[in-house]
Amino acid sequence: MTHLPLGQQLLDTCAALLLLLSFAMLSQRRVVTLVNLYAVQGAVLAAATLLLAWRTGEEHLYVSAALTLVLKVAFLPWLLHRLIRRLGVYWDTEPLLKVSGTMLVGLVIVVFAFSLAQPITRLASTDTRSAIGIAVSVVLLAFLMMITRRKAMSQVVGFLSMENGVFFGAMSASYGMPMVVELGVALDVLVAVLVLGVFFFQIRERFDSLDLHHLETLKERD
Amino acid sequence: MELALLLGFPVLGAALLGLTGAHRRAPEINAALSLATFLASCALTVQVIRHGNLLLGDEQFFIDPFNVFLVALTAFVGLTTALFSRPYMRVELEHGRLTPGRLRLYHSMYQLFMFTMLLALTTNNMGLMWVAMEGATLSTVLLVTLYRTPESLEAGWKYFILCGVGIAQALFGTILLYVAAEKALGAQGVTALLWTHLDAVKTQLEPTVLALAFVFLLIGYGTKVGLVPLHSWLPDAHAEGPTPISAVLSGLLLNVALYAVVRSKVLVEGSLHSRLPSVLLMGFGLVSVVLASLLLWRQRDIKRLFAYSSIEHMGIATFAFGMGGPIANFAALLHMTVHSLTKSSIFFTAGHASQKAGTQVMEHIRGLITLSPTVGWGLMLGSLAILGVPPFGVFTSEFLILTTAMREQPWATPILLAALAVAFAGIFSKVQPMVFGETNGRRLPHAPALLPVFAHLAIVLMLGLYIPPYLAHWYRAAAHLIGGG
Amino acid sequence: MKAIDWITQVLEMAVALAAAPAFLGWLNQCRAWLQNRRAPSLWLPYRNLRKLFHKEAVIAENASPLFRVAPYVVFGTMVLAAGIIPSMGTRLPLVVSADAIALVGLFAAARMFMTLAAMDVGTAFGTLGARREMMVGFLAEPALLMVIFVASLISSSTALPVITGHLASGHLGLSPSLAFSAVAFILVLLAENARIPVDNPATHLELTMIHEAMVLEYSARHLALMEWAAQLKLFNYVCIGFALFFPWGVAVGRFGPEQLLVAIPALAVKLAAAGFALALIETISAKMRVMRIPEFLGTAFLFAVLGLLVHVLLRA
Repeated sequence: MTHLPLGQQLLDTCAALLLLLSFAMLSQRRVVTLVNLYAVQGAVLAAATLLLAWRTGEEHLYVSAALTLVLKVAFLPWLLHRLIRRLGVYWDTEPLLKVSGTMLVGLVIVVFAFSLAQPITRLASTDTRSAIGIAVSVVLLAFLMMITRRKAMSQVVGFLSMENGVFFGAMSASYGMPMVVELGVALDVLVAVLVLGVFFFQIRERFDSLDLHHLETLKERD
Repeated sequence: MELALLLGFPVLGAALLGLTGAHRRAPEINAALSLATFLASCALTVQVIRHGNLLLGDEQFFIDPFNVFLVALTAFVGLTTALFSRPYMRVELEHGRLTPGRLRLYHSMYQLFMFTMLLALTTNNMGLMWVAMEGATLSTVLLVTLYRTPESLEAGWKYFILCGVGIAQALFGTILLYVAAEKALGAQGVTALLWTHLDAVKTQLEPTVLALAFVFLLIGYGTKVGLVPLHSWLPDAHAEGPTPISAVLSGLLLNVALYAVVRSKVLVEGSLHSRLPSVLLMGFGLVSVVLASLLLWRQRDIKRLFAYSSIEHMGIATFAFGMGGPIANFAALLHMTVHSLTKSSIFFTAGHASQKAGTQVMEHIRGLITLSPTVGWGLMLGSLAILGVPPFGVFTSEFLILTTAMREQPWATPILLAALAVAFAGIFSKVQPMVFGETNGRRLPHAPALLPVFAHLAIVLMLGLYIPPYLAHWYRAAAHLIGGG
Repeated sequence: MKAIDWITQVLEMAVALAAAPAFLGWLNQCRAWLQNRRAPSLWLPYRNLRKLFHKEAVIAENASPLFRVAPYVVFGTMVLAAGIIPSMGTRLPLVVSADAIALVGLFAAARMFMTLAAMDVGTAFGTLGARREMMVGFLAEPALLMVIFVASLISSSTALPVITGHLASGHLGLSPSLAFSAVAFILVLLAENARIPVDNPATHLELTMIHEAMVLEYSARHLALMEWAAQLKLFNYVCIGFALFFPWGVAVGRFGPEQLLVAIPALAVKLAAAGFALALIETISAKMRVMRIPEFLGTAFLFAVLGLLVHVLLRA
């Protein structure tokens, strides 16, 4: 075994957990569990950020960990749960691709993400750079989830999880983005979810359902 | 100071219009604030012409000829659209398609949208640019769904998800840029994302990572430009949203997104010693032009028709930026300007036409020339202008692009020409019966106020015949800045 | 080769043969306790075997020679397998002839003979069991191989003793990839040994059974060998688990008799713990439908591949 400091090992564990959570989300059909998984993903992310802050002594990482904790572990899941309760969407219908098939595609995607991440890994000078591949995987897996799901709510969780992946990528490649940008991104995510909340009610009001197959009328007509 | 005013007025407007509620005078306030913004942009332009590039606000803002001309254009179209929307939205309110509450949302979001676009244009920070671009999407999503029809909800959802995913890719691209820059600049923190700093060290940036970053940025911002195959949100959002929003989406948002792509290209090209960015831009541009011109034929909705025409023209501009070099860049900038002006004026008239006809289906819009000559002539002239008929400005820019293509990329010229011809036939064959066709409708009692339409068309005409020297100088400076070729 | 190595080798196989029934007995005892039942004796499996060996064998009329040979082959394979799993020491003379991949092959060979024999007589149950067994096997084997690959990558060898030696001597660290592999391995273990979420060893309902359906036609000494082989298989799997994930107490490097003396009680303690853990898993989980088995083993495969990918991703 390689001799790694404990902090490094913990960070690696966090990275591995994030990947595992992505797969768990991919296989999960219950919307409530999906939101919970998203919250757990946020928590792991916050833990990783905190760990990194402690190891590098970068102060803005503490702020960003706190931001993650408040926004992605507490507030957004709470908001989504509320939306689920109010709208009564608990299950995603049969996904477009079978779960096992999705998983296999997911594995291929991880391999692809790894090859994609290699030049970045070589360039980055952080000692967390080995996790970049995992960050790219999380992004692409979330993308896959958005493609294979029908319910609006699952797509949104996919979108948010993608943002988590990007965030983790920023963290592992360069110890986070400048504070201004990070705040801006957080603000955008927050507003996005609020806008979505409004949007869901509009869809529901119109269709009595959040199933997106209602939203398939706008196609190229002959 | 000018910058603070430029960005301050829209924010003030968003807050004011959001708070005062459905005030009877809200449309006038909207227009007045847009005018103020436009004046601020003029002042800024004058300052840039006099003193050259500006670095403001702790280097967070950077104004050079490239973006200042887009700022002026954005503020101008923002003003005319506000003028147009004043009577238009009132009629919609009377028709019962809107409620006062939604009108308040509309006005407030309109100002916010202007703010995000101006911020995206003026900021020097690639990260802030991303934030502003995402803000532009968010502020317009609820505007696209303003009518709450099933179709508009679908369009809004598509718009949100597609652009959301796209913009997430762009964020990743920005992060890669940051990683590469941190290495080269050796500086932690904010400076590594400042465009001016990046530009200074662009030759030292790691090429592989930058290539990857560019691909992500192109996919991300390209979704917003509406490049095929990432375009599918665009026609829906244009067709289902209210007409003023279609006008600003087409005339401004696409431009700003293309601006973001070009800014990224400048950086990447400096680092990469290959023609990858150029090839990618040319490829995406060409595919967009060809596919959009073919899809034009299948459209039955007037706003969808012109939305596809926007994809086509953005494709042309992207292709020209891809070719690079002073002339192509010059032509592309000119094309962005004239397209923005022409397309927004077309949407104004199309909006009026469909409001009068009560439908956006082109088969049911007939004989506009008898119903209302101003609308009829506006649509006809606008269409001719967008189709590149001389002496309008679009002809000049397209001619420049084609001649450059003939010299630089001869293989692409026939494809471009064929696509332009197909688009010409496609649009003209649909617009002609709408304007001159038989109708049994009665002539409207009073002519609609179409001042913005003719103002836009007059500028386009002028740019076709004569480009004022300061403007030409300005374009040349911007074209030189973009470089390439 | 020193004498001690051969002693270890013989001792390992002897212990496996002797302790396998006891391990099953212990497992059943734990399960009974956990389910608030009166526990059967620890020695019950031995008594069963003795009873079966004393009976007269009855064989179906249309059985081919394969049917008679199969129990011996299966049993022999399992004993051989026990010989190459380092349960007590890592210096095993037999190991030079077979690495971990050959071990998987040995299990596959046993499976093939077992299923062929099950189909040989031509009863419906035998064929059904064989078919299900093949389904489980074809899904479980890649997962098992993946688990072994992860361990091999970490220690850059496919020989089990080398892997064990490497892991036992290495610094104890958090290794996400090994953790994922361990989960995958437990799932494979449950499926391969017909334990509860996949099969229920305690019932003879045709809807559920896999292993029991295959040995239905056997009697007397043949059945005894088949049962003993099954017990050995479980024992072997548990020992593979120890070798990969809990290699503590195993004598590594150049060891003397004293290390071996430590290794035997260590193995006993680990076996006791593993038996209890397995009983716990079987108690808290419910038998799932046969249709769900692919999903179950798919999860195992996913975990194993994730372990592999995480290793490659994080350490490249």
